[in-house]
Amino acid sequence: MIDSQATESLAEASQRSASHASLSKRMLTNPTGLVAIVLLALVVLSAVFAPLLTSHDPNTASLHDVLDPISGAHPLGADSSGRDELARLLFGSRFSLAGAALALAISAVIGVTGGLIAGYYGKWFDSLSQWLTGLLMALPGIVVLLAASSVLGPSMWMSMAIFGVIMSPAFFRLVYASVTAVRSELYVDAARVSGLGDSRIIARHILTVVRAPAIIQGAMVMGIAIAIQAGLEFLGLGDMTIPTWGSMLNDGFVSMYRAPLLLLWPSAMIGITCVCLTLFANAMRDELERSSTKPSRRRRRAASRAAAFEHEPVERHDDDERSREITGEELLRVTDLAVGYDKPDGSVSTVVSDVSLTVQRGEVHGLVGESGSGKTQTAWSILRLLPDGGRVTNGSIVFEGEDLAGVSEKAMQRIRGKKIAYIPQEPMSNLDASFTIGSQLVEPMRVSLGLSKKEATERALALLARVGIPEPKRTFAAYPHEVSGGMAQRVLIAGAVSCDPDLLIADEPTTALDVTVQAEVLDLLRGLQAEMNMGMILVTHNFGVVADICDRVSVMRNGRIVETGPVRAIFRQPRHEYTKALLGAILDEGPARGPLASGVTSQTTDAAAASPAAGNVSEGALK
Amino acid sequence: MIKFIVRRLISGAVLLFLISTISYVLLYLGGGDIARRILGQTATAQTVADKAHVLGLDRPLFVQYSDWLSHALSGNLGESWFTGQPVTIAITSRVAVTLSLVLGATLLTAVISIALGVWAAVRRGWVDRVVQFISVLGFAVPGFLIALGLVIVFALNLRWFKPTGYVNLTDSFPGWLATVTLPVIALAVGGIAGVAQQVRGSVIDALRQDYVRTLRSRGLSQNRVVFKHVLRNAGGPALAVLSLQFVGLLGGAVIVEQIFAIPGLGQVAVTATSQGDIPLVMGLVLATAIIVVIVNLVIDLLQGWLNPKVRLS
Amino acid sequence: MTESSLTETLLDVQNVTVEYPVKGFRAQPFRALKGVSLDIRPGETVGLVGESGSGKTTLGRAVLGLAPVTGGSILYKGRDIAHDSRRARRRLSSEIQVVFQDPYTSLNPSLTIEDILAEPLTVRRMSRRDANRRVRDLLDQVGMPSSSGDRLPREFSGGQRQRIAIARALALDPRLIVCDEPVSALDLSTQAHVLELFRDIQENTGVAYLFVSHDLAVVRHLSHRVAVMYHGEIVEWGDGEQVTAHPEHPYTQRLFLAAPVADPDAQEQRRADRERLLAAQQEQRVQSGAVA
Repeated sequence: MIDSQATESLAEASQRSASHASLSKRMLTNPTGLVAIVLLALVVLSAVFAPLLTSHDPNTASLHDVLDPISGAHPLGADSSGRDELARLLFGSRFSLAGAALALAISAVIGVTGGLIAGYYGKWFDSLSQWLTGLLMALPGIVVLLAASSVLGPSMWMSMAIFGVIMSPAFFRLVYASVTAVRSELYVDAARVSGLGDSRIIARHILTVVRAPAIIQGAMVMGIAIAIQAGLEFLGLGDMTIPTWGSMLNDGFVSMYRAPLLLLWPSAMIGITCVCLTLFANAMRDELERSSTKPSRRRRRAASRAAAFEHEPVERHDDDERSREITGEELLRVTDLAVGYDKPDGSVSTVVSDVSLTVQRGEVHGLVGESGSGKTQTAWSILRLLPDGGRVTNGSIVFEGEDLAGVSEKAMQRIRGKKIAYIPQEPMSNLDASFTIGSQLVEPMRVSLGLSKKEATERALALLARVGIPEPKRTFAAYPHEVSGGMAQRVLIAGAVSCDPDLLIADEPTTALDVTVQAEVLDLLRGLQAEMNMGMILVTHNFGVVADICDRVSVMRNGRIVETGPVRAIFRQPRHEYTKALLGAILDEGPARGPLASGVTSQTTDAAAASPAAGNVSEGALK
Repeated sequence: MIKFIVRRLISGAVLLFLISTISYVLLYLGGGDIARRILGQTATAQTVADKAHVLGLDRPLFVQYSDWLSHALSGNLGESWFTGQPVTIAITSRVAVTLSLVLGATLLTAVISIALGVWAAVRRGWVDRVVQFISVLGFAVPGFLIALGLVIVFALNLRWFKPTGYVNLTDSFPGWLATVTLPVIALAVGGIAGVAQQVRGSVIDALRQDYVRTLRSRGLSQNRVVFKHVLRNAGGPALAVLSLQFVGLLGGAVIVEQIFAIPGLGQVAVTATSQGDIPLVMGLVLATAIIVVIVNLVIDLLQGWLNPKVRLS
Repeated sequence: MTESSLTETLLDVQNVTVEYPVKGFRAQPFRALKGVSLDIRPGETVGLVGESGSGKTTLGRAVLGLAPVTGGSILYKGRDIAHDSRRARRRLSSEIQVVFQDPYTSLNPSLTIEDILAEPLTVRRMSRRDANRRVRDLLDQVGMPSSSGDRLPREFSGGQRQRIAIARALALDPRLIVCDEPVSALDLSTQAHVLELFRDIQENTGVAYLFVSHDLAVVRHLSHRVAVMYHGEIVEWGDGEQVTAHPEHPYTQRLFLAAPVADPDAQEQRRADRERLLAAQQEQRVQSGAVA
């Protein structure tokens, strides 16, 4: 019923979510949420105003009225003791809801306090409460309740109080997960550096994060408490002197054959209440998750704004001496490529448009730009591996005479790996942590090249040695988390070239690496590219990397190429304002600041003189 | 791997010890004047004192407990106060019935929820929405309401199944199947809903991982990646939920057995509880705890097999 | 002598060791810093450069009181703050402040900009009205419109968020700001503007920076003096120009030549230099090995 995984992701989601006020507003505009809230309000109101809604007493038995059908006197009939069913239902709501609320309150108080203390201060209290949680969750709640009522006798309040204790891990785990996540957040560190004490940090930064998920969890716990309470009473182990939904169910079950409707009323009440509580929780979770996924949407919106950009001619530089030396055949010709994402409302948001480029065998073509410029989208579209909802909306991707934009998925599978290969940015997340490095290298070779397991293993070991891994056999047998980031990136490069591709697409292949490792990986890529005579598309934001390895460069902004040409032409004679601004922002060749002058104020003049060219480009112009 | 198993076994044993101690203390201390409760209000003070002496209730609690524990370790959990039947026999004669229900429901839950979850995660669109909707309903409606609904529709109205009773698996397989089908479905619905949601969520998460794109970039098909890599990575969280569901199912069985008049542990539990038969209640708590510990051990082993990080740490 | 060094040195880190406990029975603690020393003068920027795992971030956190210092001392204005209680530490908040790397997680997503900036002020019992006035001044100081106050962090770009984080650091008018990779998450063009802002603020307020970065070019641009860290130790420490252009330590030399320069021909040259350096260092190692 309570799973830690969901709890953690919930905690995570809420952390990134907006403030509480806007969340409650959104709950009222969410149709499911609104229906659930209205129905729950009706149930509660009918319980509160029960004496106004019926003139019967819920406990007055009448032999004369036993199992009376629906009539004016008994709108919902009468039960096996002749008590009015409607009155019992309405007054029963009072007891059932109050009992569940008691369980909820107890579990929330224990769970939230314990979670805050264990999560924030940790140490022995942490281990102790983890142990207790494990103990509480080891036994089914109903078994514990049965055991308790065997010694304590039937008391609804007592059993709901005990159930509250049993359910406290639901809150404990949630709060604990939130607190440990928040505690390591930079903004909590910043608050501490700002001079905030622990209690203020908990109140301001942690409780605000826990609030919404705790309400969700509360709705779930309330539903479970209602169900378990009804279950106990249905078994005949409840307090039969007070009207509750569960005792009505018990009564109805006994008379099931003679008056089946008596089973319907309490069932409907329990069912509606539980479903509404779950729907409420789900709607709230949806709203939380929606607000937490904002960043990616923002990125897309930024990109779709790009599509509205005026079509402007691409600054094209002619080939120079160096670029004319590359004489390999043309591998790839992308023409007027556009990439779009389908939006829920049916329209398409365009993230890349009018992109044209070519790659020759033996050539490295750099795609350079800032975040959101569409360079990675372009790379993925060539592989036809765009995320869900993304597709090529215009243009052609001609590779060895075939337009990849229109080719079937089956045909694309034969091209990927064997003809066009891919090196990703983040080495660790691009290896499957559940399989050994070796099996992840062998599997594609067996599928794409049809090698036997033995052949593929030999080839994988040779490749690992080629990419500079000191002990290929050990790395082959290792799991990804057992190797360093630099090693993992070499493994990914080995995987990319394992099926002898003609074109390599490298998406920021060194961005996640340290500079010394980056230099080694660039050397490796250069060596492999020359050795296997591949064409290569290199996506990067780093002009140093471009200068190091690229023969040709295309500068991208807002989903379009603004300038393209041989690498030296771009660095020496940039024509587009944007390219000039980017090159101007590079600090490489700027002067060092020099030692601190004795008087701090005298710095002002020389510092202004030393500021780089970037100073005269406004930030707005670059966006 | 052996170290891993041994560690789990030890922590399971510690858990059992703790549960038995705590429940013994609470049950025997909380029970008040036990001899009086057994004999009723009409008995004289002398007969009550004699009864207490016979049961050993006049000794200090610690002595009583160590006595109980040493017997328990040799498999003797005492006798029922009301029927005089040994607790061990009362439980072992019923445990198979309950386990067949609960394990059947767990199996059904695992198969259907994985299928539904993967289907919803991979296809998305309307399939996803329908599965989501059914999951919410199945999760929200208490299991015993579903059981009542099944009885009324399939047993009383359609007459496809008998509403009550139980046939032993060893006596007649079709008979057994006919009697357990409805209870197993009633038990499984909630679990299916919960686990399917979890499977769907973790498959969607796993599909978004970078390595999926990288593996596909080497020429593997989407299906191959889903069934080999994604499912294995989504398996861990799904198993965790399944183990929680199992604990829930054991509890749910108590009520479902009552509705379908199945002679399992649940029936014993309800009778023992209403009579205040403490040795029997104690035995039931212990039996449940043992089952839970064993199932958790199995799940832990499966987790270790799925996820190398768990195994190696 | 002591009198003058007190006025000249703002922060004096002496032989500091930081150890993190490692989970597990009798496990050796992990030593993130192994006896590190450096000093910062008022109004000065000290750049701290190194690769991941070198301990540069840990040193910054140690100065902030966020890392467990197990040896050595950190003198701030002559007083050792390395082992301050939490309460004493809180009083230092108006002296030492921080700007973190990730502008997305360093601002609480559910608080408005105004709440975030007013937090350090109201905790010092400044009235809400004065605090609001100060918030507007701060926003102005970092080049953000004063209307940003009632908006949430997610409505701003990375560069703008980093400006807000800088404003928060400035709120209490500190003498030292620890900047932990404050521009690494930003795009190139945004990075240049944020660096300019750092310089402007320093010139206007005379605040000192401990500027942690993996990027040699950024450190060189902003720092008066530079320290290079490697495996938890400072391997080279001195004048910025000297360390970044004419490094002496073999590691610094490797680091310097590994960073690609944004010019194809210069980079070709640097690549050749690097190959020669690596070969020479390799030979040296072999020789010293032979001697030993």
